[in-house]
Amino acid sequence: MTAFRCPECGYVYDESAGDEHEGYSPGTPFEQLPDDFSCPDCAVRFKEDFRPADR
Amino acid sequence: MQGYTGVLPSGEAIHYVDRKRYLWLLSVLYPLQPLVGIFLHARTGNEAWLLLPLAIGYVAAPLLDWLLGEDRNNPPEAVVLQLDADRYYRYLTYAVVPLHFLSLIAAAWWAGTAELSWWAFAALAAVAGIASGLGINTGHELGHKKPRLERTLAKIVLAVPAYGHFWIEHNRGHHRDVATPDDPASARMGESIYRFARREIPGAFRRAWAIEKDRLERRGRSAWHPDNEILQSMSISVALQLGLVAWQGWSMIPFLAIHNVFAWWQLTSANYIEHYGLLRQKDANGRYERCEPHHSWNSNHVFSNLVLFHLERHSDHHAHPLRRYQSLRHFEDLPTLPNGYFGSYLLAYLPWLWYRVMDPKLLALPHVQGNLDRINVEPSAREHIERRYGNGSRPETAG
Repeated sequence: MTAFRCPECGYVYDESAGDEHEGYSPGTPFEQLPDDFSCPDCAVRFKEDFRPADR
Repeated sequence: MQGYTGVLPSGEAIHYVDRKRYLWLLSVLYPLQPLVGIFLHARTGNEAWLLLPLAIGYVAAPLLDWLLGEDRNNPPEAVVLQLDADRYYRYLTYAVVPLHFLSLIAAAWWAGTAELSWWAFAALAAVAGIASGLGINTGHELGHKKPRLERTLAKIVLAVPAYGHFWIEHNRGHHRDVATPDDPASARMGESIYRFARREIPGAFRRAWAIEKDRLERRGRSAWHPDNEILQSMSISVALQLGLVAWQGWSMIPFLAIHNVFAWWQLTSANYIEHYGLLRQKDANGRYERCEPHHSWNSNHVFSNLVLFHLERHSDHHAHPLRRYQSLRHFEDLPTLPNGYFGSYLLAYLPWLWYRVMDPKLLALPHVQGNLDRINVEPSAREHIERRYGNGSRPETAG
């Protein structure tokens, strides 16, 4: 499992934790997030902008 | 005064003192204007004092912006982390939350008990609404932050203008779609503010509801589940407004109707001027380019920035939506409004004057240079605009 970081605001999507508030259950791979996924915190960076992050 | 020490990239140590530190208290006190009007009316018996907030907002504020001019100073990047971490600044945004409730409740009490003439009653409802509209600005600053406390306070304060959907609509919708024809909260060239309001108010609500419904569906819940963050804020609005009717009687129905319209109109006014005509280009994949600093209109006018938590440094806000108000920066060569927001609202309320001032400014922007393909144009106004300014891509024919 890996994590992906928003390059603008630092929000981290950790696949093992998912994001309960946004409705992504623990274990949901980043790949499976919707194509129009935007950063839940800043909304100005999109799925393709996210970069792998160290947890 | 509190200062911050940092090191510039050159290695030079600096000590920075924020000269606006205590002036930000103006943003906390500004929504209390209706109370000043009520106090002076109570003291003198002259109902005209209830109009004082209109004189402050639409005469004094534009004049002060004109007289005091602009402030282009930025905090050095080397101290921004310390400035953001200084909790004093966020305490101010917390402090203003109960004041918005106080302002509305006091105005409602006076409207319900003071036996006002009809015009004074309507004026008090309107100025209360304008003050509550500032609550959207408070909710805006709070709602963009990550800490749960600030997001909760945003939902609470947005209950005062009865605009609970704003937090979701603005953060997840407007910031994503800004300066595109898809955004109901970005005004188009040739679109009057009155036409814009009819697109913006329902469009923003529909977008907020769709975003929240999607989120709840992913969680396996109905859109009407208590987790719906729009309904959470709106249920406070319903309790507050029904409570005012129960307390002060039926006169609160017209009072609140006028109040709500004027509160919402404040956001419409801000949205209208913040991105008028600006357009992000599509790249080869059909995706809109990132929101750049030249996709927002700005103002550095000191007074109105100090009463609006720096909202008018709008380009930096869109580039970095989580940046705290005390750290927002001015950049050179940005689209710039002719006055602060309050003076610019006045222009916007007179569409012929707004077009006369703003359309040439829009066409002259360095990234536009008269090219209408680089402007978000209202389709029904396009023919008229082309007749007046030429077919954009050939600016030399303008005239």
